[in-house]
Amino acid sequence: MVNWPNFISQLFNGLVLGALLALISSGLTIIYGTLGVLNLAHGAMFMLGGYAGWVAYTYTGSFIVALVAGSLFVMLVGVVMERVIIRHFYARPHEDQLLVTFGLGIVFVETVRFFFGSLSQSVPAPPPLVGITPLGFMFYPTYRLALLGIVIVALIVLYLVLYRTRIGMIVRAGIEDSAMVDALGIDVYKVFMLVFGIGAMAAGFAGIVNAPVVSIAPDVGEAILVQTFVVVVIGGVGSFPGAVLGGLIAGEIISITSMFNPGYSYVMLFVAMTLVLVLRPYGLLGTAGRE
Amino acid sequence: MAHCQSPFARTLSRRAMLRQAALVTAGFSTLSSRFTSHAWAGDHPAIGTYPAGSSGDTVNIGAAVPRTGSYAVQGEDELKGWQLAVEHINSGDALIRAIAPKVTKGLLGKKVNLLAADSGAKPNQAVQEIQTFINQHKIVLMTGSTSSAVAVALNKFAQREKVLYVTGISGSNDTTGKDCVRYGFRQNFYGETAANAIGPLLVKQFGKNRKAAFMTPDYTYGHTVTKSVNDYLGKNAGWEMVTNQVSPLGTQDFSQYLTNIANSGAEFLINVNWGRDAVLSIQQAKQFGILPKMTLVVPYQIPFLAKETGAGLTAGVLAATDFWWTLQDKYPLAKMFVEAFDKKYGYKPEWGANNAYMSFAIWARMVSEAGSFYPPDIIKQYEKGETFPSTVGDVHFRKEDHQLVRPVVIVRGKKPSDMKNKEDYWEVLEVVPGEALMQKPDAFGCNLGDYT
Repeated sequence: MVNWPNFISQLFNGLVLGALLALISSGLTIIYGTLGVLNLAHGAMFMLGGYAGWVAYTYTGSFIVALVAGSLFVMLVGVVMERVIIRHFYARPHEDQLLVTFGLGIVFVETVRFFFGSLSQSVPAPPPLVGITPLGFMFYPTYRLALLGIVIVALIVLYLVLYRTRIGMIVRAGIEDSAMVDALGIDVYKVFMLVFGIGAMAAGFAGIVNAPVVSIAPDVGEAILVQTFVVVVIGGVGSFPGAVLGGLIAGEIISITSMFNPGYSYVMLFVAMTLVLVLRPYGLLGTAGRE
Repeated sequence: MAHCQSPFARTLSRRAMLRQAALVTAGFSTLSSRFTSHAWAGDHPAIGTYPAGSSGDTVNIGAAVPRTGSYAVQGEDELKGWQLAVEHINSGDALIRAIAPKVTKGLLGKKVNLLAADSGAKPNQAVQEIQTFINQHKIVLMTGSTSSAVAVALNKFAQREKVLYVTGISGSNDTTGKDCVRYGFRQNFYGETAANAIGPLLVKQFGKNRKAAFMTPDYTYGHTVTKSVNDYLGKNAGWEMVTNQVSPLGTQDFSQYLTNIANSGAEFLINVNWGRDAVLSIQQAKQFGILPKMTLVVPYQIPFLAKETGAGLTAGVLAATDFWWTLQDKYPLAKMFVEAFDKKYGYKPEWGANNAYMSFAIWARMVSEAGSFYPPDIIKQYEKGETFPSTVGDVHFRKEDHQLVRPVVIVRGKKPSDMKNKEDYWEVLEVVPGEALMQKPDAFGCNLGDYT
């Protein structure tokens, strides 16, 4: 199956997959960078977004409403989670943080399973985006093309928030040194809450926009979580541009390898991660000393 | 370390000594109870959980079933089938007694109790759970698997622990082939019988020398089913496998695999993926325009497939399966089963539930006919190869590989407009008798191993 049309097709596939991974990973990386908490419930956030969107869609029949309602819902879950539970863990060892977020992830997944069962549920793509678009080298699902556009826009918005607003400046400062930000008289805990909400929302938003591609089930976030971690490690912990770069690299590795032998896609992904860890322990765009 | 000399330390050590004495006493009493139960069981020596597991008024069965992950939906259905079977055994229901006439209320005067744990379709997790059931509950039967990787692992484990195992859903040729064991039994159809049942129909309907793309999950089930189907179509009709897309269990985004298929020039998409993987790969094949351009074939049916993808995607699709509820029009026992299941759970059972129910019903038959919970006696009862009724007509076990000789059911997806009710997804085309579909007993390298 190694020929030019297939190569270009896979390159394109990698771009779409990579963009999605970039969006989810950026949420994980800014939370970890700012709060120092590795959120193992991030995959569950992705799943919750899908379900919240699906419920909203079922009631209203509008994809836009589903998108907005789902994102806001997951942001709210993130904020409540941070206020009620996570903030008590900032001063505790990393193992405790891992355990509590891992446990919360299970609670979210099983709660959804309790109410909605394990059957896959699908959210149809908006009518204008159903069908196939000829790209010259291949026919591509129209919605996946739109997905690429939607995710790029979301990443740009996230970039603008992080790099062009005062709050973004505080967040970035927090990533570098949260103790100093606190010392400068900024209420760092309010910022933490906000960051957690935004990070969760990025995953939730990705969960909804992905629902028409991969129909949702309670376990949908599990595999995504693993890939997201790899992306964050490759890109550099706490680095937003690193998450985007890491996402694209991961997407391309998975796609291109699968052209030769799909069985090795994930092997190659982990090989790449190992190489990065050996050659640049802080990731491609990461810097030493970030928590 | 002056503390060591303190009186406190001495009390501690005295306490430890007391504990040790208690242990020794307990050891003696266990030994002596072993001797008594040994005498009790007549000339049967203790083996596995026998006789401890069947010396009370209840016997336990342990099930490791996926309730999370890609096969969760099918696992829940299976679990319901086992639960119904246990309920029927304990109440002496007419359906159980049609299959196992010597069952009264309970089995050999004992109540049957089902224990279940979530395996996530992972072999090591399943083995750990069954180990716990053996240690803590002295189970007399183990079951579980919706993945042949689990079935193969539990097969080996059953043989090692000398506790009987009936498989849940397992489609790999290896389960009663190279990985067969004396202590394991399979009720359902598998790759080879599926291929030999659906193959002739494909050739008859679509002719010779066609091009097929395969989608294969990367473990024993996927590889053996793909091989059986490809061998049949290749040898008998010159079909060519233009690509085989192997994906890990639990894949969610199939775009890379589907891109390869779209560029392969195939006319048929033979999808061996299972559970949620099958649902997602079929939905995404539609998104990529591969369906309906290519003709979809499902050689090993997935419970709830049509419900999850929507009947629009399974319309016209040919599939081989173990059971479909409309067989109730043909077999009286199927009717009893479907009605009892529907009444209890409020939906029509899929083949996983039927397989689960039947495997317990058959076990109850073998135990009650043997008149003993002594595993080698039960195994020999299975190996007699007696013919008995089932929900798909008369069946019997093959003694050489512990595979049930049973028909394979060929179904075709109905168009949404042809469905008579919301669960009327498939039309039964053919019930192919099992005997001729099976390989020679030693063809897949089965060597059952010892009784004790």
